Amino acid sequence: MPKQPTWSDVTPKPLWLNRRQMIAAAGAAAFASPALAKIDAAKSPLSISDEPNTLEEITTYNNFYEFGTGKEDPAANAGALTTDPWSIEIGGMVDKPGTYDLADVLKGQPLEERIYRFRCVEAWSMVVPWIGFQLSGLLNRVGVQPSAKYVAFETLVRPEEMPGQNSPILEWPYREGLRLDEAMHPLTIMATGLYGEDMPKQNGAPIRLVVPWKYGFKSIKSVVKISLTDRMPQTTWNMLQPSEYGFYSNVNPTVDHPRWPQASERRVGAGLFAGRQDTLMFNGYEDQVASLYAGQDLSKDF
Amino acid sequence: MKMDSLNRLARRVPTWVVYIAGVLPFGWIVWLTLTNGLGADPVKAIELRLGELGLQFLVGGLVITPLRWFGLNLIKFRRAVGLIAFFYIAMHLSAWVVLDMGLRWAEMANDLVKRWYIIIGMAGFAAMIPLAVTSNNASVKRLGGKVWNKLHKLTYFAALAGAVHYVVLVKAWPVEPLLYLGAVVLLLAARAWKARARLLPAFA
Repeated sequence: MPKQPTWSDVTPKPLWLNRRQMIAAAGAAAFASPALAKIDAAKSPLSISDEPNTLEEITTYNNFYEFGTGKEDPAANAGALTTDPWSIEIGGMVDKPGTYDLADVLKGQPLEERIYRFRCVEAWSMVVPWIGFQLSGLLNRVGVQPSAKYVAFETLVRPEEMPGQNSPILEWPYREGLRLDEAMHPLTIMATGLYGEDMPKQNGAPIRLVVPWKYGFKSIKSVVKISLTDRMPQTTWNMLQPSEYGFYSNVNPTVDHPRWPQASERRVGAGLFAGRQDTLMFNGYEDQVASLYAGQDLSKDF
Repeated sequence: MKMDSLNRLARRVPTWVVYIAGVLPFGWIVWLTLTNGLGADPVKAIELRLGELGLQFLVGGLVITPLRWFGLNLIKFRRAVGLIAFFYIAMHLSAWVVLDMGLRWAEMANDLVKRWYIIIGMAGFAAMIPLAVTSNNASVKRLGGKVWNKLHKLTYFAALAGAVHYVVLVKAWPVEPLLYLGAVVLLLAARAWKARARLLPAFA
């Protein structure tokens, strides 16, 4: 039997996204299952040519402590997360503060596929074909005021759907932050999907940050709040252990982390005896981002 | 009494049964490795499982003496339990050297002087080597029971080092490593308490 056409096959995506919102609003959210979504995103010259990890690897090996501390906990526990409706509160030093519905956040932002290296501070790495749009596009739309110097992000707090939040392992909500120039950099994206599908819940549905030249924990998941500020924001891992996790957390093989060796990394999925590969400065994005840190001592600003 | 029948049963079980049972989890890890049952990152899973098994057998070895206080005598299995613990810790270390670090000797040497959890873990393993080497009747005879017993108190250090190694290497404070550390501390504290009671009978 031929495959049943879905609304996403016959409807232009912007309309379909709106329709999805309407359906959700009508209380028939079941029709808006992510299984219908096949996002066609433009290819990007900022993608790398490495072979991406498999969808299974990307969706079964996650650090998302809101769903447990084990790598397989998020895949097991994230199913109950409600990602629709979803809104993001954008505030602080912006011209148009407010609580924006997800569809509204996405409005006018061109989706691209960005195949990025992803390097965890635990010295493992993957290659992920994200779908997303540049954070700069969103920031420009809400109007960043000249006094703003940093962007702060927060993850959803909803312990009844995020069982890890019932334990005080981290101080909830999960918080991250970027300097404004980092946030405006073309490599910095808000990702809403991967492998052409809506973002899996264990990977930070429905929308997350991806900053490919920084350790993975900077790429905050399931974002509900974005604030522009003139002070360096508090960030979760730095709050827990400032000697180990700095604000910048750029991937840097020459700045040793007290816990994990950072000179090399294991590529997840490379095979039992594949060993390690050298970690690249700024995770291989040195040409694009090194200038952001000109004049800074990266062993101090780690 | 029930304890007597348990002791009778324990006397009848040959120690090789414990060796076989102890190696079964290793076979299980090999099986899972060959059948892709270890998730996206089998290297870390292998390393973690081997280390946890080593800790479990170390804790198991420490439980035998307190059990004897309550009348259950499993002392004849203690050597097997200890050697199995050594086997798992040695395999855990090999997994780190070969699979995890990919034989990058310079980086490992750097870890050995810099990273506390590596130093502590390695110290714990080093402490187990003389124990494994002297885990035979000839060594007991050669060293004499007293010296041998004293030497084998290194087990306390090895177990404590192993548990601390686990707690220090994880991010934040997940529960499981703390449970191992709690078990080891409790078992050592029980011994200290007992020794104190023996030394100061007035307080017993």
